[in-house]
Amino acid sequence: MADTIVDELETFRAETRSWLEENCPPSMRTPMKDDEIVWGGKRGTFKNPESKLWLDRMGEKGWTAPQWPKKYGGGGLSRAEDRVLQEELRRIKARPALFSFGLWMFGPALLEFGNEEQKLRFLPDIVKGKTRWCQGYSEPGAGSDLADLQTRCEDKGDHYLINGQKVWTSYADKADWIFCLVRTDTSVKHEGISFILFDMESPGVEARPILLISGESPFCETFFTDVKVPKDQLVGEVNGGWQIAKRLLQFERSSISAGGFGGTGGSGILGPDEYAKIHIGTDSDGKLLDGDLRGRITDHKMYAKAFNLTVARQTEQAKAGQAVSHTASILKYGAAKMNQDRHELLIEALGSEGLGWEGEGFDKGAKKVTRQWLRSKGNSIEGGTSEINLNVISKRVLGLKDHQ
Amino acid sequence: MTFLLTEDQEMLRETAMAFARDELPVTHLRQLRDSGANGKDPATRQKLAELGFFGVIVPEEPGGEHFGLVGLGQILEAQGRTLAATPLLQTALIGASTIQLGGSPAQQAEWLPKIAGGEVTFALALDESAHFNPLNVATEAERNGQGYTLNGEKRYVPDGHHADMLIVVARTFGEPGDRHGLSLFLVPANAKGVSIQELKTVDSHGAANITFTDVMVGADALIGAADEGADILEPVLDRAAIGQAAEMLGSSQAAFDMTLEYLNSRKQFGQLIGSFQSLQHRAAKMFTEIEMTRSCIAAALDAVDSGRNDVAELASLSKARASELVHLVSNECVQMHGGIGMTDVADPGLYMKRARVQEAMYGSASWHRDRYAKLNGY
Repeated sequence: MADTIVDELETFRAETRSWLEENCPPSMRTPMKDDEIVWGGKRGTFKNPESKLWLDRMGEKGWTAPQWPKKYGGGGLSRAEDRVLQEELRRIKARPALFSFGLWMFGPALLEFGNEEQKLRFLPDIVKGKTRWCQGYSEPGAGSDLADLQTRCEDKGDHYLINGQKVWTSYADKADWIFCLVRTDTSVKHEGISFILFDMESPGVEARPILLISGESPFCETFFTDVKVPKDQLVGEVNGGWQIAKRLLQFERSSISAGGFGGTGGSGILGPDEYAKIHIGTDSDGKLLDGDLRGRITDHKMYAKAFNLTVARQTEQAKAGQAVSHTASILKYGAAKMNQDRHELLIEALGSEGLGWEGEGFDKGAKKVTRQWLRSKGNSIEGGTSEINLNVISKRVLGLKDHQ
Repeated sequence: MTFLLTEDQEMLRETAMAFARDELPVTHLRQLRDSGANGKDPATRQKLAELGFFGVIVPEEPGGEHFGLVGLGQILEAQGRTLAATPLLQTALIGASTIQLGGSPAQQAEWLPKIAGGEVTFALALDESAHFNPLNVATEAERNGQGYTLNGEKRYVPDGHHADMLIVVARTFGEPGDRHGLSLFLVPANAKGVSIQELKTVDSHGAANITFTDVMVGADALIGAADEGADILEPVLDRAAIGQAAEMLGSSQAAFDMTLEYLNSRKQFGQLIGSFQSLQHRAAKMFTEIEMTRSCIAAALDAVDSGRNDVAELASLSKARASELVHLVSNECVQMHGGIGMTDVADPGLYMKRARVQEAMYGSASWHRDRYAKLNGY
């Protein structure tokens, strides 16, 4: 029995390998460039034509969402087959074909809470990258206390009518559709929230980009004025949206922490120890001249190593079917701290070289560091602040009680 | 790399945890302290031998099945939970590793079965100053006709006050600080010229200062090649640091569990103190640190067993992080217990006292941070 499974997996590996050999274009096997990331969508553009080819082929196979059922456009793979696929993709250093909130956040939630008609209608276009989704969660008055959201959704008989404002809506100006938390009952808090989907081209929707301390950003303020939404676009029960929202936040925290906020630095950026060597110098033994900074860099590097080992440990435990509870909050907290510490050290090691904003006279990589340093301050705020994460750990993992 | 235990290792872990809980609870350490035993505990040594814990990294026949350092790490973690004073780190880990890595076939044949059977205990006599600095050895071993003559002083030798055999790091060439010129010798603790000053230590485990005055040993007392002892000593010290870190993980986890229980039972202002957010966040941070350090130690134990080339880096990572962890958790354990935490009758103080000893052994956090930076080329 076990042998048969192993044989089948090896057959699958061979088929996968030869399919990838034939279908993964050469430039898609090189490191990802920031401006060649594919987000898909109706208005999506492809700077590199091969990335369109790659998305079309992977989307056709359903391999952008390998474990989703075939009837929804997914790959229909088992967990073991998906693992083989990921190994083979890594083997040829293939780029991800698609970056997508639909794949990472909304899709998994719809699979769990949507009805059959909704799944058939929305999931296939996510897999193929035809529809780009954005997330309507935070509001000006509802950040950490998300459940205090006030965007109104009124039942008008044959449709819903939505009025209100969202904020920090990533890529709202580029997305085709939004999955959105709205208030359907004002007399209660958590039990008055619903989860609804609508087209961003609907009359009454307006998205305005937000300028951050680090410069341009994907974030938007999004306004809804008398937006009409067909009734079959509400997911789950009316007033049952909070359960979906919480589940989706778990998917979000996992996808943020798994990426570690791109903590490895990105192209053209060195590590803090390397910048310190250049700008501060070393003694005859190769030790950094600033002993205090050297110690703090080491603290950070050890933290980062321990973090990565923890991700690896939890991945292995999850694969082995061992319960891993609420690790998303731990990793989200750790990833934010790690990335912020790293960027503070980078700026410190760069000295005045790290204080450029734009124009000539500064190293290109250093200017990128400066922007990333400012952007990293959001890591402990977005997707649940670090304080909220510590609340989650202390209450749900450690079992500490609320005030009575 | 794997972070998972085999079925056998899992069973060993359960056995060790149950043994520490039932036979070596913290009250056992208290009894040893109050009776003046100073960490000497022949009855426990006998029980550990019966359980086979001394031979965990020693295969029954060469190349045979064994639990590996991963297995021994589980036992050390278990004894760390209850602050147990046992000869396992010195004998089952350091003694066995030294003989395995450096011993001649004859030395291995003589000592490994005795170690595995719990018939002999070892202590590593290394430090000569108040800080870990393994190359800073002045103790001399001079060649004489039949073997060597040892002269020098060792400080704070763990288990030095009750071990049967001493592994003495001595200099056969060069000056203190030189890597070349160190040699390792097996010296019976009762050899002529060995003088042992028993130390009463803050953790009640005890230790010894040991003076060697014209101690004569045969040529067969030398482990490995003369002058090249650092080649054996360094990997042994890496393993010792990893093993010590595993013990510290157990102590940290137990001190944390005790703290959490207190937070969930003590009331002030009509509220459980664990419902105050300032304490909740500190508890959550400690938990995060424990989980991250656990990953480092699991990786380091596995790296030794699978012969990976990053053992030194993982050893320094584990010891530095475990030192910081046990420091933080033991301090918070006292603080969060409030007044009761300051009393001798409560356990938090025992964890804090033991923590400072654990932190100092085989390199402090700053020693290992410095080495980690060197290994990473800055």
